[in-house]
Order: sequence, then C-alpha cells, then structure tokens
Amino acid sequence: MPAILEVQNLVKKYGDFLAVKGISFDIKEGEIFSLLGPNGAGKTTTISMLSTLYTPTSGDATIGGYSITKQPMAVKQLIGVVPQELALYEDLTARENLIFWGQMYGLSGKALTSRVDEVLEQIGLTDKAKNKVKTYSGGMKRRVNIGVGLLHKPRLLFMDEPTVGIDPQSRRAILDTVKDLNRQGMTVLYTTHYMEEAQELSDRVGIIDHGELIAIGTQKELTQQVGETETLILHIGENDDSAALAKSLDGVKDVLEAIASDHEVSVIAHVAEDVLAAVVTKANERGIKIRSIDIREPNLEAVFLNLTGRALRD
Amino acid sequence: MKKLFLIGLKDLRLMFRDRAALVFMLLAPFLLTIGMGFVTGRFSGSSSGLSDIPVVIVNLDNEQLGNALADVFASQELAELMEPTESSDPEAARQLIDDDEAAAAVIIPEGFTRSIIPAEETAFNESSVQPEPVKIEVYANPSRPTSSGVVKAIVDEFVSRVEEGRTSGMTSIVQLIQAGLLDPQSAEREASALFQDVEQTENTSITLKTNTEGAEAVEFDILAYMAPGMALLFLMYTVSYGGRSILAERSQGTLPRLLVSPTSTLQVLGGKVLGIFFMGVAQVGILILASTILFGVKWGDSLGLAVLILATVLGATGWGLLITAIARTPGQVASLGTATMLIFGILGGSFIDLDQMPALVQTLSKITPNAWSLDGFTTLALGGTLPNLREPITALVIMGTLLFSISVVLFSRNGIVQK
Repeated sequence: MPAILEVQNLVKKYGDFLAVKGISFDIKEGEIFSLLGPNGAGKTTTISMLSTLYTPTSGDATIGGYSITKQPMAVKQLIGVVPQELALYEDLTARENLIFWGQMYGLSGKALTSRVDEVLEQIGLTDKAKNKVKTYSGGMKRRVNIGVGLLHKPRLLFMDEPTVGIDPQSRRAILDTVKDLNRQGMTVLYTTHYMEEAQELSDRVGIIDHGELIAIGTQKELTQQVGETETLILHIGENDDSAALAKSLDGVKDVLEAIASDHEVSVIAHVAEDVLAAVVTKANERGIKIRSIDIREPNLEAVFLNLTGRALRD
Repeated sequence: MKKLFLIGLKDLRLMFRDRAALVFMLLAPFLLTIGMGFVTGRFSGSSSGLSDIPVVIVNLDNEQLGNALADVFASQELAELMEPTESSDPEAARQLIDDDEAAAAVIIPEGFTRSIIPAEETAFNESSVQPEPVKIEVYANPSRPTSSGVVKAIVDEFVSRVEEGRTSGMTSIVQLIQAGLLDPQSAEREASALFQDVEQTENTSITLKTNTEGAEAVEFDILAYMAPGMALLFLMYTVSYGGRSILAERSQGTLPRLLVSPTSTLQVLGGKVLGIFFMGVAQVGILILASTILFGVKWGDSLGLAVLILATVLGATGWGLLITAIARTPGQVASLGTATMLIFGILGGSFIDLDQMPALVQTLSKITPNAWSLDGFTTLALGGTLPNLREPITALVIMGTLLFSISVVLFSRNGIVQK
C-alpha cells in the first residue's frame, strides 16, 4: 500500500518550549495508525500541524502528495478532522450542524441532503436529528462531532482522543464506528492515551512522549522491542517507599528491571511467577504492605514503561 | 463569497436562538422607546408628539434671506408644529427662553443676506465671495431639548441649503469670469439675479425643503428621533455581541474547525464580519418596522432610510470588530462592548440632545456612529431625502472602512487562532 501521509522531521516550537521535536513517520492508505502517548506528549499539536491549523516551525508533511505547508487548501479537501473538544453549534440541531459543515466542505443541494441523512444513520441519530445539540448527552454530542468529520468522505480521518470523558457504552460505539469506517476503506490517524484503544484499533502504533516519537511499528514489533517479558505490578501502601523497594530488587535472581512509580513497583521478568516469592520477601523485609499484585503480559503499556520508565497515565 | 454568506447567515440564525441576546437587542430598545413615548406624550392622542413649539424670531437682517427664514417659521406647512412670535430685541428674546416662555430664539443677525448675496452696487470679483456667511444664532432652551432641537434642525437645513446655493452659484460665476466668458460688471448683475431667483423660486436649492415636499414631510414625530436613538444605543451591544462570537467560536473550537475545512482565514473572518452586519441590520430593521406598524412612526424617505441603516450598521460593525480585535476573551468583549454602548449612547445623543451638550462633547460625538446616524434620522424625519444624507452616510462609511482596516491589521498581527 502506498503512503497517504508522510511526515518529515516535523517541529513545533513555542518560544523556548519544543512541543514537537522533529518527528517522522508515514501512514499507509487503508490503515489505522494510532499515536499513543500521555497527556501533553504532543499528539494534538501534531494533528493540528497535519490538519494545517498550526504552522510547523520546521519540517513538512505530505498528504496525498500535497504539502501541508505549501498546498494547505488541497490538503484540507482530503482530510477530515474530529477534534478532541466538541466543536459544534449547540443552539443548532444535529441536522443543521451537519448541513452547515457540509456546506463548508463544498457540498450542496441533493448531494448534501442525502449525505447528511447517511451520516445521521451512521452515527445513530436519525431520530433525534431535529433536536438541538445542547439537549444531547455527552456521548451523542461526540457522535455528532465525529459525523461532521465524515461528511465529505475524507481519504484520511484525524481523530484526536474522541473517547475522552464519555461513558463506556458511547466509547464502545465510537470504537466500532472507527473500525467500520476503516473497513469501508478510510485511513485513520487516531490519537489516544488509552493503551487498550490503541491495541484494539491499530494496524500500527507510534508511541510519543515529550514531543518525540520514541517507537513505531505493529503491536508485535513493539512488544518484541521489550523482549518476551512479563511485568509484575505491586500496588503498595500510600506511605510506603516504592523507590527503596525497587532499588532493593536490583540483582535479585531473574529480575530484569524494577521501576518505581506512585504507590507501585513494576518488576520486569521473563516469567513473573519466578520472581514473585523473592519480591514479596523483599517487601516484607522492608515492612512494606502489599495491597495487590497484577501480572501483565507484554503490551503497549509495558512497552511505554520500558521506554520511558513511566506509566502511560503518569 | 458563498461561504461568507453561509457563515454570516449561520450567525444570524444563532442570534435569533439566543433569547437573552434578543431581549437586549430587540425588547429593551423597544420598551425604552415606548417609555420615552409616554414621557413625551407621544401616545396621548395627537398625531405628533410635538406641536405648537413656541419660537421667537428676531430678524435683524430684514432682507431677502432673513425674511425667507422668518417666513419658513410662519409658513402654513409648519403652522401645526411651530408657534412663532416676532421680536426686534435679541436680549428680550433670550430672556424669554431663560424664563422658559419659549423653546428657542432664532436671531438672524444684521447683514446675513449681504454676507451671502453681494449688494447691487458692489463690483463683483473673487473677493466678493466671503469664506463664511454671518452666523444665525439659535438660543435654545435646555429644559426643552427636543423642541429646541427641531427648531435648530429647521435652521440648519435652511442654512445648509443657502450655503449650498451660495457656494455653487459663486463658484460658477467666478469660473465664468476667469474663463473670460463674463465681465465683472455683468457678473454683479448675474449674481444678484441668481440670488433673487434662489430666494423666490420654490425649486431652487436654498428654499427649505418644506416648500416643495408638502406638510406631511415635515410633520416631525418625536418617536422618529427617540426610536433610532434607542436602536442605535443597543446596536452597539449587537455589534459587540457579534464580535464576541468570533472569540467564543475560538474557545468553543468551531473556529479552528472552520479553519481546517477548505475555507480560508479571510473567508472565515469575512463571514463573521458579515454575520455582525446582518445582525445589526436585522435589529435596526425590525425595530424600525415595529415602530412603523405599531406606532405609525413616519421615518421619511424609504430609500434614504434603507441606505442610512446600512451605513449606520457598517460604522457600528467597525467598532464591534475593533473591540474584538483588542480584547482577548469573550468576557473582555462583553465588558468593553457594554462600556462603549453607554459612552457612545451619551456622546452620540441617544439620551440627551447633542445640541444641549458642551462644544467638546459635540466634537467628540463625531467618533460615534450614533451621532452621525441620529443626524441622518432627524434629517429624514424633517423631510430630507437621500441626497441630504450625504454627510452622515459618508462619515459612517469612512468610519466602518477605517475601523475594519485597523481590525484586520490587529487580527493578522495577533492571529485569530493560536498558530
């Protein structure tokens, strides 16, 4: 598959602060690519540059062969954007919103009407189309927010954390919509800080932290980067010293690495059960109260932890 | 261009769905107008809120033009509106005003006609054209601002037409002399003849419009002054509300969304400006229509009224944009907009007749769309037509264009979204 998006050394600087530090990647036509990273990692800034809203400090990207800096209007025709925050006119109905935004994308007449009907069907709001958006639940608003991005059938859809702050049912519906759109041939760039969403949706994942793309590949490729390891997570008391416990585990047989975070110690080993007894003993020796223990198989969370020394939610 | 209209119409639709805004834009000025109507007795039965305005005419000129002005006040057409009395003593006339016996005294100084029409024995040359005619004094009663305002408007209209005729007539004769087509002796005769015609003929430019338009055109309705005063006061709220929507769209994310659609920054900004303009026109238009239907207010020449409304909203839109370009948040626009609305309301004559204001305030009033527009509405109410609105309309259009240009520079310097 040819690349629909090619990003070359994209940089965004605000004064002395480097929000995006020269990232490069590409997205192939028809794939779902997730940018996974914690809040403030630079995901939204990257999408804002790619959607031509922000001007890059340096670097460039092409979408469908058009440069985001030199041919922004051509780029805008190819992309759809679902912003992180709701961007709708709450005093207009869902239908009125879709009609207005469709007109902004050059749709008119019967083509506009039938496309609005299709999108309302797709987001499951045909029955409530005549209600003002301000009367909708958060999840319904999110669906209209997504619907606006789909009106002109974009080749590449940017979705910036579309499930933030909504109930599980609406979240499920949105993830299913993304998969459905992809099945219909739409390429999707999806940003999230939820590892599970990236795992469920993505063909490939880019892990971003502090404005840097620190890893990229399929989930298998990424988990292989941290080796065939498992992570033993000890949840400890609020007053216990996680850093001291992690340090005491250095050199313990079969422990590859021990990483401390707030009220947690993550112990990486080839087989978690092999180190469990030793870890519990060390905790007891230090008088540390273990509240619970999790064992995690290799996943993107472990990859992020391995690469940054921090959990995704930190 | 189509997208500009779509964005503008969307903003207009949103305005009509904002009940709180509608209260301020339509209900408040309407209720205030009604209140003012009751205060002035406009609703107490007479066809006009003003009648039999007592005015003292002191004609010290006693020549053609002085007599013509005195005749205007004594004319049949103004018989219901004016109740003139004559006096030969300016001090006595002023005393009558100070004693609240009359609304105003019109003191026509000696030599008024001669300052405009050269005497027959005077040799005509370029120096015959005086830079300014002798001034007519209108000594106004501050406790009767509206009545004295009407008197002043009639005198202003008369003087304006005299001045127009004087300038064009003299200029033509001077040009004829310079071209060698007229010798100075003939010029003297021609000039006198010209001004004799001017004074006597109904269709000349110095005869007051009332002579040609009939009585209905000069029947001054107090609501035709008050209703626009209130509408213009709240128009400043409307344009700042419209400006606020630019910043509100930025914070609610719809402005960035517009900018990532195939719509240029210029189209987005132009659409927002058009939206403000539409809102202003809708507001003033509805208020005027409602006043016409419900109270039978006579606004005067329809074409002049339409053009004046458009020019007024253009001037006000310029201020709305400037406030938006200076402010950082919708809240700041609201505060600045309200302050501007009140200051312009006072400066521009929405509350108090500008003629009662000190000279400095009258000068400052020229920065407000309210003052220019009220001037235009008064002219229309007194029977003026589109050509008589040249000055206020030009001022409003220049105001709007200038402020729009400054705002665009500020917007492009600060960016309408963070880049």
